[in-house]
Amino acid sequence: MKPAPFEYKAPATTDEAVDLLAEHGWDAKLLAGGQSLVPAMNFRLAQPAVLLDLNRIDELAYIRTVDSAEETGSTGSNVAEGDGGGGAVGLRIGAMTRQAALERSAAIAAHSPLLAAALPYIGHPQIRNRGTIGGSIAHADPAAELPAIVVALDAELTIRNSEGERRVAAAEFFQGLFSTALGPNDLLIEVDIPALPAGTGWSFQEVARRHGDYALVGVAATVRLAGDVCEAARMVFLSVGGGPVIASNAEASLVGQPLDERRIGEAARLAASEDIDPVNDIHASVAYRRHLAEVLARRALHEAGARARSGAGA
Amino acid sequence: MHQRLTVNLVVNGETYERDVEPRILLSDFLRHDLGLTGTHVGCEHGVCGACTVLVEGEAVRSCLMFAVQVDGRQVTTVEGLAPNAEELHPLQEAFWESHGLQCGFCTPGILLSMVPFLESNPDPSEKEIREALSGNLCRCTGYQNIVDAVQRAAAGQAAGGATPEAADVADEPSRRDGGDEATAGEVPA
Amino acid sequence: MTTRYFGEPIRRNEDPRLLRGEALFVDDVQLPGMLHVAFVRSDFAHGRVNSIDVSGALDVAGVVAAYTAGDLGDLWRPGPLLVPPPPTIERLTFNERTQVPLAKDKVRHVGEPLAVVLAESRYAAEDGVGRIFADIEPIDAVVDLESALAPGAPLVHDDLGTNLMAHVIQEKGDYAAVRDSADLLIARRLHYDRGTAAAMENRGVVADWEPRGRLLRVWDTTQAPIPLRNGLAAMFDLGQSEVQVIAPFIGGGFGPKIMMFYPEEVIVTWLALKLARPVKWIEDRRENFFATTQERGQIHDAEFAFDKDGRIVGVHDVFMHDAGAYAPYPLTVPINSSCTLLGPYRVLNYYTEFKAAFTNKPIVTPYRGAGRQHGVFVMERMLDLAARELQLDPVEIRRRNFLVPEEFPHHHEIIFQDFKPLIYDSGDYEPALDKAVEMIGYREFRAARAAARDGDGDGDEKRAADDPSADGRLRGIGVVAYVEGTGIGPYEGARVSIEPSGRVNLATGIGTQGQGHQTSFAQIVADQLGVHPSDVRVVTGDTREFGWGTGTFASRGAVVAGNACQTAAEAVRAKVLELAAEELEVAQDDLVLEGGKVFAKGAPQISIELGELAVKANPLRGAVRHGTEPGLEATSYFGPESGTTASGVHAMIVAVDPETFMVEIERYVVVHDCGRVINPLILEGQIVGGVAQGIGNAFYEQLVFDDQGQLLCPSFMDYLLPTATDVPRIETAHHETPSPLNPLGIKGAGEAGAIPVAALFAQALEDALGLEGFELLEIPLSPNRLFELVTAHRGGGQAGDGSARENHPANGDTPVPEKYPPNGDTP
Repeated sequence: MKPAPFEYKAPATTDEAVDLLAEHGWDAKLLAGGQSLVPAMNFRLAQPAVLLDLNRIDELAYIRTVDSAEETGSTGSNVAEGDGGGGAVGLRIGAMTRQAALERSAAIAAHSPLLAAALPYIGHPQIRNRGTIGGSIAHADPAAELPAIVVALDAELTIRNSEGERRVAAAEFFQGLFSTALGPNDLLIEVDIPALPAGTGWSFQEVARRHGDYALVGVAATVRLAGDVCEAARMVFLSVGGGPVIASNAEASLVGQPLDERRIGEAARLAASEDIDPVNDIHASVAYRRHLAEVLARRALHEAGARARSGAGA
Repeated sequence: MHQRLTVNLVVNGETYERDVEPRILLSDFLRHDLGLTGTHVGCEHGVCGACTVLVEGEAVRSCLMFAVQVDGRQVTTVEGLAPNAEELHPLQEAFWESHGLQCGFCTPGILLSMVPFLESNPDPSEKEIREALSGNLCRCTGYQNIVDAVQRAAAGQAAGGATPEAADVADEPSRRDGGDEATAGEVPA
Repeated sequence: MTTRYFGEPIRRNEDPRLLRGEALFVDDVQLPGMLHVAFVRSDFAHGRVNSIDVSGALDVAGVVAAYTAGDLGDLWRPGPLLVPPPPTIERLTFNERTQVPLAKDKVRHVGEPLAVVLAESRYAAEDGVGRIFADIEPIDAVVDLESALAPGAPLVHDDLGTNLMAHVIQEKGDYAAVRDSADLLIARRLHYDRGTAAAMENRGVVADWEPRGRLLRVWDTTQAPIPLRNGLAAMFDLGQSEVQVIAPFIGGGFGPKIMMFYPEEVIVTWLALKLARPVKWIEDRRENFFATTQERGQIHDAEFAFDKDGRIVGVHDVFMHDAGAYAPYPLTVPINSSCTLLGPYRVLNYYTEFKAAFTNKPIVTPYRGAGRQHGVFVMERMLDLAARELQLDPVEIRRRNFLVPEEFPHHHEIIFQDFKPLIYDSGDYEPALDKAVEMIGYREFRAARAAARDGDGDGDEKRAADDPSADGRLRGIGVVAYVEGTGIGPYEGARVSIEPSGRVNLATGIGTQGQGHQTSFAQIVADQLGVHPSDVRVVTGDTREFGWGTGTFASRGAVVAGNACQTAAEAVRAKVLELAAEELEVAQDDLVLEGGKVFAKGAPQISIELGELAVKANPLRGAVRHGTEPGLEATSYFGPESGTTASGVHAMIVAVDPETFMVEIERYVVVHDCGRVINPLILEGQIVGGVAQGIGNAFYEQLVFDDQGQLLCPSFMDYLLPTATDVPRIETAHHETPSPLNPLGIKGAGEAGAIPVAALFAQALEDALGLEGFELLEIPLSPNRLFELVTAHRGGGQAGDGSARENHPANGDTPVPEKYPPNGDTP
C-alpha cells in the first residue's frame, strides 16, 4: 500500500495554484488535508500524474465574520439573505481551513451552531487536524457531513480559475457521486455561510456504526417558525444518494403549516419514501436507510422546532 | 527517473536533511530514512492511528502525509517523549503503571494522540478520553487500562507531577498550518 | 521465601522498551543491501491460471527480479499438514489439501499469491506488481457453506471430486434412545459468520543468509518460531543449527500467526538464499484481509432434549464448518466447537457430527477461541430458548444443569483437539454464577423492569422512575457460562541460568505477542531464586536461545511453559543451595535465598552472592566433580497429561434504541476461573482484551463475501474493529479452582474473554427487545441486521432461520418488507 510515483508541486499562493492548474488540468490532483486522497493513493485507486499540494497556501486558511447588512451593501452578495436584522453574522471560511480550526473557533460556535454541531462527527481528532473544509466539499463524498451542512445553510462557494472567480450556490455545486461544479482548472477558495434568519431552529442528526465513521444516514435540518407556523424548512440528508440530498417534498409539506407531531411525522415519511435514493452497502440496506432517514428526520424536526421556539437557534 | 526533493525538518529536536521521492509517506520516511522505528504502521489508510505523530504539536496520521509536506516543520515521535534514558514521560509512566499496553504496537500512536489531548483538556472525563481515543485502534487491551492510564496521567499532571520536559513536548510554539482564527486575522462582527 | 512475586500485580518488564518505541518488531529490522518484496495476488476467488507475464515488471525502475511458481522447482509443493486428524477418533473421514507457495494452475481464493516481485524498495516492488499480467479464467466460486457440499457444486480441488474436507462423528451416551423420553425438544439452526483477527501488526518476514557463517536468520511474526525453524531447515536442506528463527516483539497474534509456512515465509526465505541478500516482506493491511488466515463460518442444526425441570437430557448437534481454500490446520476449530458446546453442564447423551467444506475463501485456522465460540453460542442460546419455553429464569436453568464439584474430574468421553479424551480437571461453577449475578445486579434489574413494565398496564406512556427504559432505550440483561479447554500439550521447555554478574536468564521457546511472558515467567523464576522479577532477563522466541517447543496457542503459554520455568528454576535453586551449603558450610535447610544472595538463617552476615556462586560453579581450573554439571543452569520441560479446564460466567446489561437499533453495552461483568493467578494485572488485561474482541465479533466485525468470493470489506473503513467508545468498562472477579494437572495449579486464560460474548450479546439483546417469540440465532449482528430481523418478525415471520443470511444487503435485494415498524413502541 504505497502510492504510485507523481510529480509534486506546492504553490505558496492562490494565484500560483491557479496557474499550475491551468497548466496541468485533469492531470493534476489537488492535495488539501489528504485524509481521503492519500488513502486512495496508498491503495493505488488514485494515481495522479501531478500532485498540487495546497497546504503551503496560508492565505486560504481563515475564518472571518461578516456583518450581514454591511456585507449585502459592500459586495452585493446574498450572504445576508433573509431578514438580516439584529446584527446577524455570516461567516467566510477559507477553503484550506482545517476542520480542527473550525471546531476550536468561537465564531463558528456562536454564528453557525449547525456547522459546529456536525464537526465532531467528522472522523477523529487526528483526521480533523488535517482535513479542510474545502477539501471535504470538493471531494463530495455523499456520506460526508460538510457537503450536507453547506447545502443546508445555503452557503455559497467561491471558485477561482485562471479566467477569474465565480460563486456557486452549494445546492448547485454538488452534481452527483463525487462530482461537482469544479472543472479541471478550478480551485475552490472560499465558503460563505450566511446567517440563519432570526427565528430559525436547527438540528443535526446522524447514525454511524462507530464514533467517527461515515454516516449510515445523517440529516441537517433548519426550520423557521412564526408562532407555531413553519415559514421555511430545510432538510438535507447525507449517505442516502449521490450527494447531499435535499428533501424537497418534505420541506414543501411543512411550509405554511403548524409544526406539530402529525406534520413532522408526515414530512419524515415523505422524506424517507419520496426524497431520498439510498443504496445497499454492507452496512445498511435500502430499507434500513429509509427507516433511519424517517427516524432521524422526525428527531431533527422536533429538535429544530424546539430550538426555534426557545430562541436557541439562529 | 522519478522526481526527488530535499526535505529539511526537525524531529525530536534534531535537524535532518534527506532527499526523497515525493511519494514517500511520512511514516516510511521516519521509520526507514531516519531510523525512528518507534512510529508503527498498522493500516496505511488512516484508520488505526498507530502511525500518529505530532506535526507542529498536533496529532496527525503520518501514513496520510508525504515526507515532503513536513519540509521546514517540527515533528515529534514516540522516541522524543521521554526526557532521558532513565526517566519516562509521565504519560509513558502512567501506561506502565496501569498496564495500558499489551503487544505495544499501537502504543506509540496512542501516546502521541494523548499528549496534545491532555494539554488541551487537562481534566478530562472518561467519556472525553474515550472519544479522544476513538481514532486509535487497539486490539489487545479492550482500552480500559488505556483510559485508566490517561486518567492517571491527568491526575498526576493536576498534582504538578508533569515534568517540565513533558510539558515542552506539547507546548512547542504551534505553527498551525491552516485556519486558526488567531493567525488568520478574524474580523470581528 | 519471604517475598513472593507469584500472584502479585507487578508492572511488566517489557514495557519501558515498548513505551519508548525501542522494542524490535519485524519491520524494524534493517539490513544493508536489503531487498523488498511485493506479491501479485489473485483478483479472482476461483479460476484457471492460463499464463502470467512478469516481463513488464522487469522494466520498472528499482525492480530486481520477478518469479512465478514455475521458477520454484522442487520447492513448489503443498505445505505440511500441521495437525493431523486425531487418530483416536474412529468415525472420521479426512481429505488433505494444503496451501502452495505460489498458485500454479489454479487460484482458490482472492489474494492467493501468483508471483513475487523483488525490488530496492517496497514502493518499487508495488510498481512492478502493477506491471505484471496474470491471465486467469474465472470459474464459479464456492462461497456459501451449504451449497459447497451440495451435489453439483464447483470443486475447489478438482481431483478430490468433492468439497468435503472432513466428516467427523462423536458420541457419548445414546441420544436417540433418550430423545423420546424428553419432555421438551427444541431444534434450531444457528449461524456464526467469519471474522478476522486483525492484529494491529500485520505479518512480516525478513530473511538473511550469511554463506560464510552458514547461518540463515529469519525474523518472523510467528507464534511458533521453533517449528518454523525445523520446517525451514528441512525445506531448504539446512541443519537446524544453521537456521535461526527470531520472533521478536510481535504486535498481537491471536492465532493466525501460529499458522506455518504461509507462502510468504517460504518465498522470502527462498529469495534470501537464492540471492544471498537480505529480503523483507511486510504484509500490508489490504493483504492481511486475504493472506492471513481467518475463522468462524459455521452453521449448526441443533436439537436439545430437556426434562420438564429444564435439565438437559441430551444434545444432538450437526454442523457445517467452512475451512476455506486449504486446510493445513484442519480439525482443531470444529473439534473445539464440538467439545466446547458441552460447557459447564451435565450432558450425558451427546451426538456431535460435522462436515467441513473447502470453499473459495481465505484459509481458516484458529483465531482466539478457535471454534469454542460456536459451541458456547449453540449451548447458551438453546438453554435460553428452553428457559423461555419452560418459564424458567435463564440463570436458574444454568444452575440446574451445572456439573457440581463432586463430579470432577469429569469424563466427557469424546476426543478433544489434543487427541486426548475430553476430561474436565476441576471446576466449581455455581459460586462464579452467584458472584456474576450479584455483581451485575441481576435481581434488582429484573425487579425494576417488571415493576416498570407492569406499572400501569400500558407500559409506554408512563414509566416508573426507576424504569431502566426511561430514556427511550430498551434495556436487557444476560448471563452466560462457559468452559474453555486450555493448557494442552505436548510440552514446552525453559532454561534458567545465573551469570557471574548475578543476572538471571530465562529462555523459553514460546514466543510472546503481548501476553507479558517476560514478566509472568520472570515472577515464577524470581520466587525460586530470590531475586526481583525485573532482574530476570527473559528471552522468548529466539531459536538459538532455546530450541525446543511448539508455540503460543490454545491458552497454554502460562500453563505449559510456566510450569517448565518453575521446574527449571527449582533445579537451579537446588544447585545454588547445594553449592552455597558447601561454600558457607551451612546445612541446606538452614539457608535462605533472597535479595540476590544466599545466607544462613538468623545469621545474614554468613552469605554469598548468586554471581559469586555462578563463578564458583564454573571454574577455569581444577576439576568439576564427576557426575555434576558446571554452572548454575538447568533446562526443564513440562508436558501436561491432558488439558486444563478454565471456566467463567459473563453478564451484561445492554441498551438498544428501538428505532435506530444502535446498541450500547452499559455494564459488563466477568467472573473467571483460570486456576491460580500469576499476575492479576496481566490476567485482567487478557480477559478484558478478549471481551473487546468478542464484542467486535458479536456486533461490529464481519467478513462479507459476495457470491463470487470477493471480500467486500478489505479495509479498516469497512471491517469495523471496536474502538474505545464501543467497549464498556469491564468489571472482573476471580474464582479459583487450582488445576491438579500441574505443579503451579494454573489454567489458561488467553482466549477466555472472547469466547462467550456473542452468546451473551444475543441473550441480552433479545431480553431488551422483549418481543414475543423473537430469537437471535446468528452472529455477528449489526443495527442493520437487527432492523431486518425485527421487521421480519413483526411482519409475521422469523427471519432468524438463517435464510436471511443469503440476503445480505450487499447481495442486492433485502428480504425486508417496505413497511416501517411503529415508532418506538416496542412491546
